[in-house]
Amino acid sequence: MKHTISILVENKFGVLSRISGLFSGRGYNIESLSVGETIDPQISIMTIVTVGDDRIIEQITKQLNKLVDVIKVVDMTESDHVEREMVLIKVAPRSEDKAEVLRLTEIFRGRVVDSSQKTYTIEITGDDKKIDAIVDLLKPMGIKEFVRSGKIAIAREGIKK
Amino acid sequence: MKLSGAEILLKCLKREGVKHIFGYPGGVVLNIFDLLHEDKELKLILTRHEQGAVHAADGYARATGKPGVVLVTSGPGATNTVTGIATASMDSIPLVVFCGQVPTALIGNDAFQEADIVGITRPCTKHNYLVKDIKDLGRIIKESFYVATTGRPGPVLIDLPKDVTGSKTEFGWPDKVDIRSYNPTYQGNEWMIKQAAHAIAKAKKPVIIAGGGVILSGGAKELKELAEYTNVPVTMTLMGLGAFPGTHKLSLGMPGMHGTYFANKSIQESDLLIAVGMRFDDRVTGKISGFAPQAKIVHIDIDPTSIRKNVHVDIPIVGDVKRVLVILNKILKADVKEQWKEIRKAWLKQIQTWKMDRPLVYDETSDVIKPQYVVEKIYELTKGDAIVTTEVGQNQMWAAQFFKFDKPRTLLTSGGLGTMGYGFPAAIGAQLAFPNKLVIDIAGDGSIQMNIQELATAVINRLPVKVAILNNRYLGMVRQWQELFYQGRYAHTRLDETVPDFVKIAEAYNAVGLRATKKSEVETVLKEGLKVKKPVIMDFVVDWKEKVFPMVPAGAAIDEMLFPEEKKKKKPVKKLKAVK
Repeated sequence: MKHTISILVENKFGVLSRISGLFSGRGYNIESLSVGETIDPQISIMTIVTVGDDRIIEQITKQLNKLVDVIKVVDMTESDHVEREMVLIKVAPRSEDKAEVLRLTEIFRGRVVDSSQKTYTIEITGDDKKIDAIVDLLKPMGIKEFVRSGKIAIAREGIKK
Repeated sequence: MKLSGAEILLKCLKREGVKHIFGYPGGVVLNIFDLLHEDKELKLILTRHEQGAVHAADGYARATGKPGVVLVTSGPGATNTVTGIATASMDSIPLVVFCGQVPTALIGNDAFQEADIVGITRPCTKHNYLVKDIKDLGRIIKESFYVATTGRPGPVLIDLPKDVTGSKTEFGWPDKVDIRSYNPTYQGNEWMIKQAAHAIAKAKKPVIIAGGGVILSGGAKELKELAEYTNVPVTMTLMGLGAFPGTHKLSLGMPGMHGTYFANKSIQESDLLIAVGMRFDDRVTGKISGFAPQAKIVHIDIDPTSIRKNVHVDIPIVGDVKRVLVILNKILKADVKEQWKEIRKAWLKQIQTWKMDRPLVYDETSDVIKPQYVVEKIYELTKGDAIVTTEVGQNQMWAAQFFKFDKPRTLLTSGGLGTMGYGFPAAIGAQLAFPNKLVIDIAGDGSIQMNIQELATAVINRLPVKVAILNNRYLGMVRQWQELFYQGRYAHTRLDETVPDFVKIAEAYNAVGLRATKKSEVETVLKEGLKVKKPVIMDFVVDWKEKVFPMVPAGAAIDEMLFPEEKKKKKPVKKLKAVK
């Protein structure tokens, strides 16, 4: 099963390779990875998506916790959370498809961030499902380039009733 | 007052209580070596290879419980430490390894003798540092010793660029270490410990498996108390030998691939395993799905990643072995009322039958020297009062089987990584820590050649280590596998024509060399060798055909053992059920 793991780490050089080395050295796979500073510039947050059964995920989170530079590990999949990923898609549609591309962009609440005589570059944000859906729809129109940011995630706060 | 990086380093080492450093000089560490030259408090032991320096520091650490310290140069000096660091890492041994590095401005330039040692050792250290700013040096050294020695211990490496040791700054030394991301759990969860106590009281056929963690945490006394109070037999993994007295009536010896029949049988039949400071290594468990099929498992370990890594655990307790055992013993004595003697009677009787059925044996009648006989004689003549190191292979297993270790820190052996060439330098480190103790390396003719250059270190430092080579002219353990599983095709394991004359080698280094070729000579050679106050190599020309038994073939369950007389015939004791 897919797990999204959030890792708070010291913002020091070499930390990323400690984490990626932990995955590669044990034969675990990283499906997606994103890193950025938190509000506190001494701390970074990494979001890693990985696949494994319960035992492997338990090992991954324990091993991550064991690294000296790791402050906190949360398996987001265990509780209610919001996941987002951004993709940039450069489409080169035939002239008769151009309108359809723009329509789809609007339906998916995307934005055209660049255009040329032959291409549109579209920015879309969403979860897996949404991104997969627009990719499926745009594919026949001719996707030239495709970049995704890697997933980021945040826990939902419970609402008091 | 401003101090140079090199001065800060030495000052910090003294504050950490360091007396000995094992090392080897080179270009970028000259700032430090130059200071050591004058220093009265710190003694540098010059080995003849950096790998030897790390193993010696490791032997020093295992024998004393204090961290071993290493100082080497950049590039090849640093990369030569990798095997030693990995050895220490697998066996959780506290080391602090200082490597020189090219000046910061040259890092990444493929400079002369540059190696990315922080990158190279990342997976085999507990943690490592590259000091880029001299202002961080004091804090980093303090942190390194703290990280190396706390929690589950392990090696820490510090990479020191030449300009960092050469430039000056105000000396700074934090009073205490505060790493927000590093907080090992020492105190076990009391509720869980209570569950364990009740499980022990309920169990009909319990077995304790003690590992190296018992020794590392200093919990041998508490373990003995637990075993004796509850009347539970104890088996000790290779790393755990000495954690519980090998001569104790509750001792089952070592379990696993070359473990005793009765230890493996007890595990397989038991209804409760109490695993203490061990990590269910594949050499202990054999085929995981056939391991201890009926047992509930209590697992006490300070490293949460060791728990539920290989086997399913019913009662996990994360904490320091000693502290957990203290509480467990207290609870058992206060809350659990049992007639311990009575409820264990049948189980201990059963184990006694297994012990009688298949004790550890070898052919005692032959006139050719049997390697087991040499180990038994060493045990007899030393009365067990020695620090024994081993190389890796048959010599290691025979030492584990036939020498009875009664005290912690008396067997120093590379268990996890299985490093040939470990034993001799480790013996040098141990001898340095205990100049008046008898330190013996039980070696093979293959592995002794992997670090034989350290004879010079032993001789020059007047360290009277003894080496007993069980010389079978083969890489014996591999040969044994070839005989049993590769139809006797001895691919590259026969050393016959090229095994050097070890007596002459000893003499060439100004050590003492002795040889025994007949059984009747063994005792004489040993008596003479153990008496000499110099490094001694004793070359025992043993039966090359001898194999280590019992043996569990790789991939089999641990009660599917081979015994001497049955050779290859597999004789599964019974069909295993229930896959865990």
